[in-house]
Amino acid sequence: MRLGVLFSGGKDSTLALHYAIEKEEVVCLITILSKNKESFMYHTPNIEISMLQAKALGLPQITKTTQGEKEKELLNLEDAIKEATRKFQIEGVVTGAIESVYQAERVQRICNRLGLWCFNPLWKQDQKALLEELAEKQFKVIISGVFAYPLDEKWLGKQIDTKLIDRLINLQQKYGLSPSGEGGEIETTVLDAPLFKKKIEVLNYSVEFKGNSGVFIIKQARLVSK
Amino acid sequence: MILVVDMNWKKNSLGLNEFVLPIITIAKTQDQCIIKHFLEVTNQDLSQFDSVILSGTALKDTATLSQPEKFQWLKETEKPVLGICAGMETMSVVFGMRLIQCLEIGMTQIKMLKENPLFREDFKAYSLHSYCVEPSKDFEVWAKSTKCIQIIKHKIKPIYGALFHPEVRNPELIKRFIVLNKS
Repeated sequence: MRLGVLFSGGKDSTLALHYAIEKEEVVCLITILSKNKESFMYHTPNIEISMLQAKALGLPQITKTTQGEKEKELLNLEDAIKEATRKFQIEGVVTGAIESVYQAERVQRICNRLGLWCFNPLWKQDQKALLEELAEKQFKVIISGVFAYPLDEKWLGKQIDTKLIDRLINLQQKYGLSPSGEGGEIETTVLDAPLFKKKIEVLNYSVEFKGNSGVFIIKQARLVSK
Repeated sequence: MILVVDMNWKKNSLGLNEFVLPIITIAKTQDQCIIKHFLEVTNQDLSQFDSVILSGTALKDTATLSQPEKFQWLKETEKPVLGICAGMETMSVVFGMRLIQCLEIGMTQIKMLKENPLFREDFKAYSLHSYCVEPSKDFEVWAKSTKCIQIIKHKIKPIYGALFHPEVRNPELIKRFIVLNKS
């Protein structure tokens, strides 16, 4: 089945892409560039890096920009999926949703309207196990956004490894944070993954932190051999 | 031991992760589980299991609905069965009920119509279906949403159907079904 993956460049959509490629034919990535930093639907920090990731994966990418107004941003997503259907004859869409009924039902509705299959291969999976899978499979994932207490600027830019996973699980037990950031507590950026033909090297970045939230902004990056 | 039947269009599909594994996560807190694809299930296999759960599928997946003959074992077995979404739809077709088009996607309010051991009060559940079932003389209706029948129970056999997806927001239904029917 020819599939398009809704791809933000964060850990969940990248892992969903790896699952999808194991079982079906992934023919393109679909990325929404949201101008609203507090989007309900889309991952926002370093979304531009997704273009470099698409190159690293060797997959064509359809991108659409949205102002990120609630519900209106879904029309931009629908347009992007329609374009993927036209250009790449996709028969279905894959998302990295784990727990969010809000995200899942909206993508399901769009797919239903367009007559497409919809798959959520990470759906309801144990969040700690997913993080451990990323570490085991040598994904290089950094934390590129923190949006909840007690996460602070020290977390920004850190790579997700077994030590960091333990710290996230501790915060889950203490503060109820979702360890994979399903409630928008953290956002991530993937710099390398098993299917990347090249990896991303960050050349220049800045850290912005204010109140209880902050972002790690990649200002300049390039692809280098693995 | 519980048999979880993978109702997706093919074995080891992308739908396995989404519709079967979440059921396993809940069911294995109560008992051991084994997954079999629907094309591999035979009546002889069933003797080793205490109960059977039929999974849901992707919205566009109608493979089991077009092959009800593969589920004749449902009519013959005395084992407790819980059909979830496509599982309930398929079970209904096997028992001669009619399906009608009815789309529900997202959280739905479910109203209990009859005192029963699975749920006592009204609740909200995640729905993802394009069909619903018409009432039948062989099944009692235990719960409804504003649009359609949501929980059914065979009048004689321990055969249950839930049109919503309990594995998403109502894991207690799966646990109660297992506990209720543990031999």
